[in-house]
Amino acid sequence: MNTMLKTTTATLALCIASGSVMAQDATITIESWRSEDQAIWDNVLIPAFQESHPGIEVQFTPTAPTEYNAALNARLEGGTAGDLIVCRPFDGSLALFERGQLADISDLEGLSNFPDFARAAWQTDDASATFCVPMASVIHGFIYNADAFAELGLEEPTTVDEFFAVLDAIQEDGTYTPLAIGSADQWEAATMAYTNIGPTYWGGEAGRQALIEGSAAFTDPEYVAPFEVMERWTDYMGRSYQAQGYTDSQNLFTLGRAAIYPTGSWEISGFNAQADFEMGAFPPPVQAAGDTCYISDHTDIGIGMNAATDNPEAARTFLEWVASPEFAELYTNELPGFFSLSNAEFEVEDPLAQEMISWRQECESTIRVAHQILSRGEPNTWNNMWTVSANVFNDAASPEEAAAALQDGLAAWYAPQQN
Amino acid sequence: MSDPTTEHLTTAGKSPASGRKKRRVAGRAHIVVFLAPAVLIYTVFSIYPLVESLRLSLFDGLPDGSAVWNGLGNYATLLFDANWAGQFWNALWNNLILFFIHMVVQNPIGLLLAALLSLAPRFGGTYRTLIFVPTLLSVVIVGFIWELILSPLWGVSETILGGIGLAWLYQPWLGLESSALVTVSLISVWQYVGIPMMLIYAALLSIPDELIDAARVDGLNGWWIFWKVKLPLILPTLGIVAILTYIGNFTASFDLIYSIQGALGAPNYSTDVMGTLLFRTFFGQQLQIGDTYMGATIASMMFFIILIGVSFYLVLVQRRLQRYEM
Repeated sequence: MNTMLKTTTATLALCIASGSVMAQDATITIESWRSEDQAIWDNVLIPAFQESHPGIEVQFTPTAPTEYNAALNARLEGGTAGDLIVCRPFDGSLALFERGQLADISDLEGLSNFPDFARAAWQTDDASATFCVPMASVIHGFIYNADAFAELGLEEPTTVDEFFAVLDAIQEDGTYTPLAIGSADQWEAATMAYTNIGPTYWGGEAGRQALIEGSAAFTDPEYVAPFEVMERWTDYMGRSYQAQGYTDSQNLFTLGRAAIYPTGSWEISGFNAQADFEMGAFPPPVQAAGDTCYISDHTDIGIGMNAATDNPEAARTFLEWVASPEFAELYTNELPGFFSLSNAEFEVEDPLAQEMISWRQECESTIRVAHQILSRGEPNTWNNMWTVSANVFNDAASPEEAAAALQDGLAAWYAPQQN
Repeated sequence: MSDPTTEHLTTAGKSPASGRKKRRVAGRAHIVVFLAPAVLIYTVFSIYPLVESLRLSLFDGLPDGSAVWNGLGNYATLLFDANWAGQFWNALWNNLILFFIHMVVQNPIGLLLAALLSLAPRFGGTYRTLIFVPTLLSVVIVGFIWELILSPLWGVSETILGGIGLAWLYQPWLGLESSALVTVSLISVWQYVGIPMMLIYAALLSIPDELIDAARVDGLNGWWIFWKVKLPLILPTLGIVAILTYIGNFTASFDLIYSIQGALGAPNYSTDVMGTLLFRTFFGQQLQIGDTYMGATIASMMFFIILIGVSFYLVLVQRRLQRYEM
């Protein structure tokens, strides 16, 4: 509490100190792919900012997520991009920084509020320059229909065996589709299946770093194992899951027709609004009781400054505010499921979000395996992971073939994997 | 078509030669004035970008955003590098399948519908409008509607098949590697069949009644009139339809596939076409960073492929088509 007070006072002092500089009226715009957050920015976050910084107008101007990267690139090159850029993690933003389109904000005071792993997503490889303030991470796991579990007398599984026992019980009862996931859109197979359960097998950060160093390969058993588990999932997925897309899976679960939804925490607010049953969440099951659990606590959103902005002072002031504990608390509670990466301590109100953020204490955190460095070349490892994970679901590739395809793609261009 | 006698009549009285000359000069000025807007717009929005993308395809990008001369290096990478060539040939092959399906399904159906409409059936105007309407719909809407119809969870296709006792036939067609491309092609056929229908319909209507009457007098029935009189007369239009299908197959196929199957041509690249390959290379896809130069190379390859196809048609097919004065 004490540190939080201190940081708040420090931020306030800084705002007052820089007050003379930013007294001029400025309008800054924010580029983002989170169009669903428009209301929260307009009604909560921006008014809260303006309360302490009356001179600065802020506009939140999002683009659809699938078009964001392309549209942002075009606007940056054309000189029409907004003053503040919401950053994808790792290479996407790094490339913008290397091209001189994102400003170096390493000297921003508020950055000290974040742990190293959070800042790493928006730093150069040698951590010498930081170009975005970490905003939030998303945590993977499983959300389940608690009413269905109660009805069938089931409990949250903690081990893989228990997990499949639960699936069997749901299958046998027949009322619910055990697992709400399909392979039509491919990315859920990679995101909500492979990188969700994978860290349990490859030991989280250790396994991820081993791939980056080249001391491990995707064909090693610990990286093939998650594919083998995914292959077993297909017996419990909805009929004709090959044509079941992401929104289909969401609807299947929120309509109460499926029992377990392999998830990312970003679903929480949508599910709270849609589902009229009790929900619970459990982290990826471990192999044997008592094993350490691992979660994918993926650094997902940051915010940086357009190097060509006309209002650098106002933009920096805004970034300092984003780095403040005030923003951390507001953002995490307004957007349950997007967890601030700040060290500040605060109360999380939503029970589902509270449950998921508590895993940070019980389990080891890691990020999605393909995101740092490994997706830098062609063929792109993350695109590959979408395709091969869906192939495992579609029975178009065995776990070994899927892993071999990933490894071949990576070894084609990544020197540490070419020995 | 122009009738020499009318020309004589209009220029009668003046010296025929000088009168004609004057009119020609004035005519030329008109030509320039009327062509200027089109030429200007076409140059700025079509020719310049085309030349620019051909130029870009000869460069390679550096991390700091600057470009360096790479000659034909990008083309060599695209055609011979194992990773790029695999994607390129797969996409091109899928494009050819798409073209083939449109040629054997869309255009014959368009011809059939046009032939039926040209007989002026009852409610012909209504049918004509209804069949043409989908071409005016947004591809995103068409894609979404068909995804819902074919969905295993909410779709009606399984129920409808069940109604006629064929429920066992139902498959998640859009999700299977074996059927996804054909399914998407047929959705596109459903959407665009109105265009060949309209073109052919217009051509059929322009056939003078005297020819039909003469054939009838000669003793041909409706079937033979169609084969022996109408079809030969509309062959040039069928040629245009074929070439439009060929070009549309590279340009228009992208939006439908992107909206239904995503930029990776799911499942397992089975619906990946040149358009989606170009899109994700040029603009990037998730962690894949957009590569302007490689993207321009793919765009240029598409240009060359279209150019070859169109030239082939112009040189080898169109010249041999016999045109009849009507």
